[in-house]
Amino acid sequence: MSAVVTEHDDHHDHGPEKGLLRWVFTTNHKDIGTLYLVFALAMFFVGGTMALIIRSELFQPGMQFVEPQFFNSMTTMHALVMVFGAVMPAFVGLANWMIPMMIGAPDMALPRMNNMSFWVLVAGVLLLASTLFMEGGAPASGWTLYPPLVLQTGNALPFAIFSVHLLGISSIMGAINIIATIFNMRAPGMTLMKMPLFVWTWLITAFLLIAVMPVFAGGVTMLLTDKFFDTSFFDAAGGGDPVLYQHIFWFFGHPEVYIMILPTFGVASTIIPVFARKPLFGYSSMVIATIGIAFLSFIVWSHHMFTVGMPMAGELYFMYATMMIAIPTGVKIFNWTATMWKGSMTFETPMLFSIAFVVLFTLGGFTGLMMALAPLDFQYHDTYFIVAHFHYTLVPASIFILQAAAYYWLPKWTGHMYNEKLAQLHFWLSAISVNILFFPQHFLGLAGMPRRIPDYAVQFADWNMISSIGAFIYGFSQLIFLYIVIQTIRQGTGEKVTDEVWEDAKKHGLEWHLPSPPPYHTFTTPPKVIPTEHI
Amino acid sequence: MKITKQLFAGIALMAFSLGTAYADYTLNLMKGVTEQSNEIYDLHMLILWICVFIGIAVFGTMFYSIYHHRKSKGHEAAQFHESTKVEIIWTIIPTVILISMAIPATKTLLTLDDVENSEMTIKVTGWQWKWQYEYLDEEPSFFSTLDAASNEARQVGSGIDPTTVPNYLLDVDKPLVVPIKTKIRFLFTAGDVLHSWWVPDLGWKKDTIPGFFTEAWTYIDKPGVYRGQCAELCGKDHGFMPIVVVALEKDEYDEWLDNYPDNGAASYPDGTWAAQAACAGSECTKDELMQIGETVYTNNCASCHMPGGEGIAGTFPAISGSPIVTGDIAGQIGLMLKGKGMMPAFEQSISDLEFAAVVTYTRNALGNNVGDLVQPAEIAAMKSK
Repeated sequence: MSAVVTEHDDHHDHGPEKGLLRWVFTTNHKDIGTLYLVFALAMFFVGGTMALIIRSELFQPGMQFVEPQFFNSMTTMHALVMVFGAVMPAFVGLANWMIPMMIGAPDMALPRMNNMSFWVLVAGVLLLASTLFMEGGAPASGWTLYPPLVLQTGNALPFAIFSVHLLGISSIMGAINIIATIFNMRAPGMTLMKMPLFVWTWLITAFLLIAVMPVFAGGVTMLLTDKFFDTSFFDAAGGGDPVLYQHIFWFFGHPEVYIMILPTFGVASTIIPVFARKPLFGYSSMVIATIGIAFLSFIVWSHHMFTVGMPMAGELYFMYATMMIAIPTGVKIFNWTATMWKGSMTFETPMLFSIAFVVLFTLGGFTGLMMALAPLDFQYHDTYFIVAHFHYTLVPASIFILQAAAYYWLPKWTGHMYNEKLAQLHFWLSAISVNILFFPQHFLGLAGMPRRIPDYAVQFADWNMISSIGAFIYGFSQLIFLYIVIQTIRQGTGEKVTDEVWEDAKKHGLEWHLPSPPPYHTFTTPPKVIPTEHI
Repeated sequence: MKITKQLFAGIALMAFSLGTAYADYTLNLMKGVTEQSNEIYDLHMLILWICVFIGIAVFGTMFYSIYHHRKSKGHEAAQFHESTKVEIIWTIIPTVILISMAIPATKTLLTLDDVENSEMTIKVTGWQWKWQYEYLDEEPSFFSTLDAASNEARQVGSGIDPTTVPNYLLDVDKPLVVPIKTKIRFLFTAGDVLHSWWVPDLGWKKDTIPGFFTEAWTYIDKPGVYRGQCAELCGKDHGFMPIVVVALEKDEYDEWLDNYPDNGAASYPDGTWAAQAACAGSECTKDELMQIGETVYTNNCASCHMPGGEGIAGTFPAISGSPIVTGDIAGQIGLMLKGKGMMPAFEQSISDLEFAAVVTYTRNALGNNVGDLVQPAEIAAMKSK
C-alpha cells in the first residue's frame, strides 16, 4: 500500500464556535461523538456506583445497608443506566467519531438530527434518574419491567415509561443517521465490501435498533394504558396475559443485547489485525456471520422464558434456534484466532483488552450455550449463573472493547499519546478483578442462589464476599481509566503522535491518513485511495 | 521444561486437594433426588465437558500464537487472510457438536413435560411473599412463610448474626409435606405478581402466573428435607419466600395426612394455632385477636410497615398514627382487601380470622389505641359484598 496524499483543508477550515454553547448547538460529528462518549463515561460511573451498592449489601449475609425495596431499585436502575446510558451511547459516540472518518465522509448525513438525538438521550436519562427521588422510589421490578409487578411502582412509573420513549426516539434517530451516512456518504471506491468491519457491524446494529426500539416503546405504552386507562393487555382478569409482555419485551430485548455486542465485534475486528500486523482473517465471512447473528436475534427471544410453561413445540423450537447462534459466533472467534495466528503481535493496551475480550467473551458464550438447552435452563434460569453469563458478555466484552477503542483512538482524537504504563496497569487490574467479580457467580448460581435477592443463605457467603471484593477492585480500577483519559486530553505523555499512531495503521483504515488530532472538518473532499488491508 | 512439569504437577495436586477438601462445598450443580434432576445433571456435565474441551482447543491455539507469534521474538507476519475450506470446516464441526447436544437435550425435555399418570396433585399459589399449598382431593391447604427466626434476623440492622440462625432464609413455618416414590403433579398459579417455584433438588423451576396455570411433576427417590427459593423477582421480599419440601416414606406421609391439621399446629409459632382453634367459628375475644394479630402482622406487614409500625418515609406509610388505621374501620378493611399500589390485596391470601386479628392488632398496638375490634364473621360479610 503506497503512501496517500491526505486532504488537509486547513486553509478554509471553520473551527468550532467559542465557548460553552459550542457543545449545545454543535452539529459536528466529532463534537457530538465527544459528547456521547463523555456522557457515557459519566453514566458508567453512575451505574457502577449502583453496582457497588448492590455488592456492598451482598458482601455478607444479613441486611446491613439498604432496604430490600431500594436494593431492587438499584438492580433495576443499574441495568437501565448501564444499557441505555453507558454502553449504547458509548457506541453511538464511537460511530459518530469514526464512521465518517472511516468511510471518507465530511460528517454525518443528518447533522442537526444528530445534535437532537444526543440531547433527547440526556433528557431521557435525566428523567430516568429523577425517579430515584420520587415517592415510592425508582422502578424496582428489574430492567425487564415485567407486569404485574411493575404496575406496583409508585409515582415513578409514568416517568420511567416516558424516559424509555425518549431513549427509544434518541436511538432511532441515531440509527437512521448512521444508515443514511453509510449508504449515501461513502467516498468513491469505498464499496460496501471494502468498509471496515466497525462500519459494517454498526450498519447492521442500526437496523436492529430501528426494528426493535418501537416494539419496546409499544410494550411499555401498553403498561401505561394498563395502569392508567383501564386496559387489560397484561391482566388476566380482563382477558389479558402477563406473559404477552414477556414476549414483547424479549422480542426487543434479545436484539437489544446484540445491539450492545455487534459494534463490540466490529471494534475487535478493527484492532486485532493492526496489532497482529496481518489482514483480518475471513473478512466476508465476518460480515456474513454478523448478518446471521442479527437475523437469529429476532427468532430466539423465548429462550428467556423457558420456565413460563410454553408448549413443547415452542420449547424445542426456541432451544434449537438458540443453539444455532453458536455457529456464526464460533466463526467469529475462530476468525479472530486465525487473524492472530502467525502474526507479528505486539501487546499495547488496545490489543490486550481485545485479546481479553476474545477469551472472556468466549467463556460467556459457553455458558450461553449451556443455557440454550431448555432442560438445563430449568435449573440455571434466574440464578447467579445467568448473572455471570450476561456480565461476561457485557463487561469483559462490551466494556473492555469500549476501553480498547478509547486507547486505540484517543491518540488520533487528541493528538496526544496516553500513558502506556498506567494503561497496562488499568488493563491488568481490570482483567484480573473482573474474573474475581464474575467467575464465582457461576458457582453461586449452580449451588442454588437466585438472582435479584438482597440477602442470601449462609452457604453462599464465601463466594459472595470474593465477588464483592472483585467488584470493588474493578470499580476503583476504572478511576485509573478516567485519569488516563483526562491526562491524555490535556497533554498525554507529551510525545507527539504521528498521523498513523500505530505501526502501519494507514493500511488498515482511512482515519489514520488524517492528522492527529484531525482538523474540525475532515474529508471535505473525498480521499483518493481506499485502504484494503483489512479485507 | 522442568518448570513446566512442576507447574502441571502443582495444578494437578491443587485440583486433587480441592476435590477432597471441599467435597461438601458446592461449586457445581447438585445431582438432586429425582430421576429428572439426575438427567439434567448428566446433561449439564456432558455440555460442560464439551465446552471445556472446545475451550482448551481454542484458547490453546490462541495462547500458543500469543507466545510464539510475537514481534518481540522476531516473528514475521504471514499474510494469509482467507480460506473457504477452513471456514466451511469450522462451520460444520460446531454444527455436528450442536446436533449431538440437541439429541439428549430433547430427550430430557420430553420426559420433563410428561405429567401423565400422576398419583396426586398439589396446587401451588405464589403470593407476595409466601406460598400457598392446596392438596387437591385431600384436606391440607395452608400458607407457608419465612420462619420467625430468619425473619427477625433479616431485618435491616437487626444485629443478629445470620450464621447463628439455623437454615437462615431457607426455613418456613409450615413446609410442604409429600410422599416419596409417588408421581406428584404440581399446578402453579399466582395471586398477585409473577413468582417462580424452584427446588434445585427436584431439578426444575416453574413460573407461577396470575390468572394462568402452569404444571410440572416430580417423583422423589429418597426421604429428606429439600430447600429452595422463589426465583422470579416479585417485589420487595422476593428474597424472603423460601420453599421447604419434606419428603416422607409413604406410610409416614399417610400418618401425617391423618393427623392434619394437628401436626400443622406444632410448627406454628407461639401457640397462635391454639388461639386460632379456640375462637374459630365463634366470637373471638380482643386478647385472642391481638395475640393472633401480632403474628399475622409480623409475617405479612412488618417487612414494609416495619416491626414497630413506623414505615419507611417516602416509600411505605407508617401504621402508627395513620389516618386510615385510626379512622373508619371499614375504610381500613376495604383497603386491605383490595390492596393499593405496592400493597398487595389480602382478600384471598389470609383467612378471615387472621384478617380480623391483624385489623384489630394494628388499631390497638404499634402506638395506636382506637379501642375497637372486628370479628371474622364481619370480614366474611364484607368480602361477599
